Amino acid sequence: MRMKLHIWRQSNRSDKGHMETYALDGVDPDMSFLEMLDHLNEQLTAEGNDPIAFDHDCREGVCGMCSMVINGEAHGPKPETTTCQLYMRHFKDGDEIYIEPWRAKAFPVIKDLVVDRSAFDRIIQAGGYISNHSGPKPEPNSIPIDPDVSETALDAATCIGCGACVAACPNSSAMLFTSAKVSHLGLLPQGQTERFERAQSMVKQMEEEGFGSCRNYAECEAQCPKGISINFIGRLNADFLKATLVQPVDRRGKMEAQ
Amino acid sequence: MLTLDAKIPRVPIEDAWTTHKNELRLVGPNNRPKYKVIVVGSGLAGASAAASMGAMGYQVECFCFQDSPRRAHSIAAQGGINASKNYRNDGDSTWRLFYDTQKGGDYRAREKNVYRLAELSTAIIDQAVAQGVPFAREYGGKLANRSFGGVLVERTFYCRGETGQQLLLGAYSALEEQVAKKSVRMHVRSEMMDLVVVDGRARGIVVRNLETGEITSHAADAVVLATGGYGNVFYLSTNAKACNVTATMRAYRRGAGFANPCFIQIHPTSIPASGEYQSKLTLMSESLRNDGRIWVPRDPDEKRAPADIPEKERYYYLEERYPRFGNLVPRDVAARNAKDVCDKGLGVGPTGYGVYLDFGSAIKEKGSEEVISKYANLFEMYERITDDNPVETPMRIYPAVHYTMGGLWVDYNLMTSIPGLYAIGEANFADHGANRLGASSLMQCLADGYFVVPVTIGDYLSRHAAGEIGESHEHFKKVESEIESRLDSMLNIGGQRSVQSFHRELGKIMWEHCGISRSREKLEQGLEKIPALRDEFWSNLKLPGGRFEFNRSLEDAHRVADFLDFGELMCRDALMRDESCGCHLREEFQTPEGEAQRNDDDFAHVAVFEHKGDGVEPERHVESLSFDALPATTRNYKT
Repeated sequence: MRMKLHIWRQSNRSDKGHMETYALDGVDPDMSFLEMLDHLNEQLTAEGNDPIAFDHDCREGVCGMCSMVINGEAHGPKPETTTCQLYMRHFKDGDEIYIEPWRAKAFPVIKDLVVDRSAFDRIIQAGGYISNHSGPKPEPNSIPIDPDVSETALDAATCIGCGACVAACPNSSAMLFTSAKVSHLGLLPQGQTERFERAQSMVKQMEEEGFGSCRNYAECEAQCPKGISINFIGRLNADFLKATLVQPVDRRGKMEAQ
Repeated sequence: MLTLDAKIPRVPIEDAWTTHKNELRLVGPNNRPKYKVIVVGSGLAGASAAASMGAMGYQVECFCFQDSPRRAHSIAAQGGINASKNYRNDGDSTWRLFYDTQKGGDYRAREKNVYRLAELSTAIIDQAVAQGVPFAREYGGKLANRSFGGVLVERTFYCRGETGQQLLLGAYSALEEQVAKKSVRMHVRSEMMDLVVVDGRARGIVVRNLETGEITSHAADAVVLATGGYGNVFYLSTNAKACNVTATMRAYRRGAGFANPCFIQIHPTSIPASGEYQSKLTLMSESLRNDGRIWVPRDPDEKRAPADIPEKERYYYLEERYPRFGNLVPRDVAARNAKDVCDKGLGVGPTGYGVYLDFGSAIKEKGSEEVISKYANLFEMYERITDDNPVETPMRIYPAVHYTMGGLWVDYNLMTSIPGLYAIGEANFADHGANRLGASSLMQCLADGYFVVPVTIGDYLSRHAAGEIGESHEHFKKVESEIESRLDSMLNIGGQRSVQSFHRELGKIMWEHCGISRSREKLEQGLEKIPALRDEFWSNLKLPGGRFEFNRSLEDAHRVADFLDFGELMCRDALMRDESCGCHLREEFQTPEGEAQRNDDDFAHVAVFEHKGDGVEPERHVESLSFDALPATTRNYKT
C-alpha cells in the first residue's frame, strides 16, 4: 500500500512546529501503525533526514507510552485500541493520514509526537496511593471484598495513563484519568481512610497543572483505549462534594508518622 | 580478580533467612537520611525497592528511561503471581513452592535463595492487597486462585489478564507516595550510561538526559540495578522495544561478574512474525494449549487452507512424539519441537515459521460457545493482530524469547561482586536456575524489592561512612568524558546502515546460533559472525541528528553496541556449558529419546564471567551448587 502522511514536526519545546507531508510506499496491511512509522523512519534515515520522534515501548497496548492523534482521534479510528495495536489493514491504499501529538497546555510537546506527561505523575503524587510502608500487613482474607466491587475497582485501575482522555477532550480535562484512580482506591476498603482527602488533593493538583474542567462531552470515554467509563467521573464528583461536607475543620494540623 | 563469596547462611534452609536477617548490621533511623541510594529502573523490582527504602528514610534517587515509572515492562505480565498461601487447602507450603521452583529451574539455582523466595511469597500478596491491588475475588469476597504451568496446586493470584499491570501500578503508587514525601527523587527520561567504581566500590552512575542529551554524574553510597533482562539481544522478543542490557553490561565491564548469560526462556506460544518489518512479538497465554491441538501439514508443499487438509495428512507432532503429555509438554519441549518441524520445511504462514494451534476438536466436543467464553480476550487479541478468527481457522503460533534467567551474579544479600552494587529482579541470576516457572517473575521482583534489598543494603551501608565521594571526584569526570567520546564516535562514523538493521541482523544470528537449541558448531560460527558484525557496526553505522537533542537513534545505537558485546558472551557461555539443562539444550547432550541430558558431575554450578578487557576472552569462574535440602532429580515428560 501507498500512504500519504501529514505529520507534526517540532524540533524541541520552544520550536513553533509545523505539519509536513511524506509519501510512503511498501506499507504492508499486516504492519502495525508504529511499524509503518518505523518503516518511514528507516526511509528518512537513509535519506539523511531526521526520523520522526514518537513514544512507544511495550507495543502490546498496556504501557501507555504510545500517544498520537490519528486523523483527529486519539489512538486513531479503532475503538478501545492503542496506537501500537492499530494495524494498517484498517486503512486503504492511497489514504491520507494526519498524525499529531496530544495537544493540551498541560502536555507540552518535547519533540514531534512526543509530549511531556509528567503532570499525570504529579496528580498521582497528590494522593493516588494508599499510604503504606513495606512490611507485615493484615491477612488479605480478613477483609473480604465483594467481587463486584473488586471488579469495578479493576475496571478503573485498568487505566494505562496514556493521556488520550486529555487529548480527546475539547477542554483538555484530565477528569477521566483522575477519577479512575480516585474510584479505584475509593471503592476498596483499604482506600477508605484517605478517600475524601484524596479526591480533594488530586483534583486540586489537576487544576494546578492547567487541565480544563469537565463539561460532559464524553469524548474521553469514546476515545479511551481501555474503555474507562465516565461513570467514574460521577463518582469523583460525588466524593469531591462529600469531602467538603465530611472534612472536619482542621484544628490539629497534620501529623506524619515519624 | 573476582571473588565469589555467596554469603549463604550455614543453618538449616528453613531458618536461613531469619537467622541471616538477625545477624545483619542495620542503619538506625536517625542515620538513614545521611545515606544516598541510587535505584536504576522503576519496574516491579526498582519501584518496590525505591519506595521501600524511601519509606525507611534513605535518600533515594530513582532513574528510568521512560517518561514515567509506570511504563516499565513488568506492566505487560499477564498470567499471575505465585504465593504459597495454601488458600485452596491443597497441600501447598513454602517447601512445595521451593520444590517446584528448584525443580522447574532444573537444579541450577542456589537452594537457599529459592527457599527465601518461596518464604516471602505470601507477604507480597499481603503488601499488594494493602496497596489496593484488586486481585480476583470469589463470591464470598476471599482471594481467588488459579493453577499455572505444570504444578499440582492452585497458588496463582491474578487480576484478569493484567496482573503485572496492577502489581506495577501498586509499586508505582508506593513510589509516587515517597516522591511526594521527598524521600525519593525520580528522574524520568534518564538513561544510565555507565557505572562509576572508585577503590573497588560502586560510587554512582553517569546518566544521559534523553530529552536534552546532557550527561550528568550522580554519586551515591550504594547503587541498585533493577534494569530487567536482555531478551532484546534477539531483536524480536516479547520484551518492550527499549528493554536493554546496557546497565548490567556496563556493570560487567566495570568488574561485576555476569552469571549464566546463556540461560534464556523461550515461550512456545507467541504470534509469529508476519514479515521483515516485524518489530516485536506478542505472547498468547499458554493456557490455550489446554484446548488447542498443535499440528503442521505432513506435506512440505501443502498449499491448501488448513480446514481443507484432511485429518490423516495433519502431523500432530506433540501428540505423536509425547503421547502422555501431548500438547501440554513443558515450554521448552514445545518450543524446540515447533522449531524442529519448521526447520524441516513443514512450517505454515507467510514466513514458514509458524505451526497451527487448532481449536477445531475442542469446538466440536464442547461447542464453540464454551471455547469462546474461556478464551474470549485471547481470541480477540489474536484477531486484532492477525485479522484471523481462531474459531474459523486455526491460530498460527511460534516460539519467542520471553525471559532471561541469567544476569549479574549476586550473593545472598543480592550484592554483585562489586561492593555497593546490587542487582534485583530479572537483572540478577539468583532464583530461577536454568528455567523459570510460570507466574514466578513478578514474585521474585517484588520479594527482592520490598523485602530483601531494603534490609540487606543496611549491612553494607553501616560499614561505610555516608557521602565519602561526591560528583566532583575526578573519576566521575573521567567516566563522563568516556561516554561523551563514545557517543561522539558513534555519531561520526558516517556509514550507510541504520541501527535497526544492525540490531535485526544480530537478532537473527543469535536466534540461529544461540536460540532454542544450540550446538558446538553453530555456536562457534556465531562467535565468528558477531565480532564481524560488531566491526561493521563501528565502521558503517549511519546515525541522524546530534548528541544534544532528543535522538532515539543514538539511544538505540548505544544499546545495540552493548548487545553486540553481550551476544558474544552469551554464545561463549552456551559453548562452555557442555550439558543440556532447563531451557539450555545442547544438541550433543541429549538422551536417545531427544531429552535434555544434564551433567551434574561437571556442571552443577553457576558460570560467572569476568571481563578482562576488550578483545580479551573473559574468564569463567564457577560457584558450585549444593543440593542439601533437595537432592537433584531428572525430569521426564515421556512416561
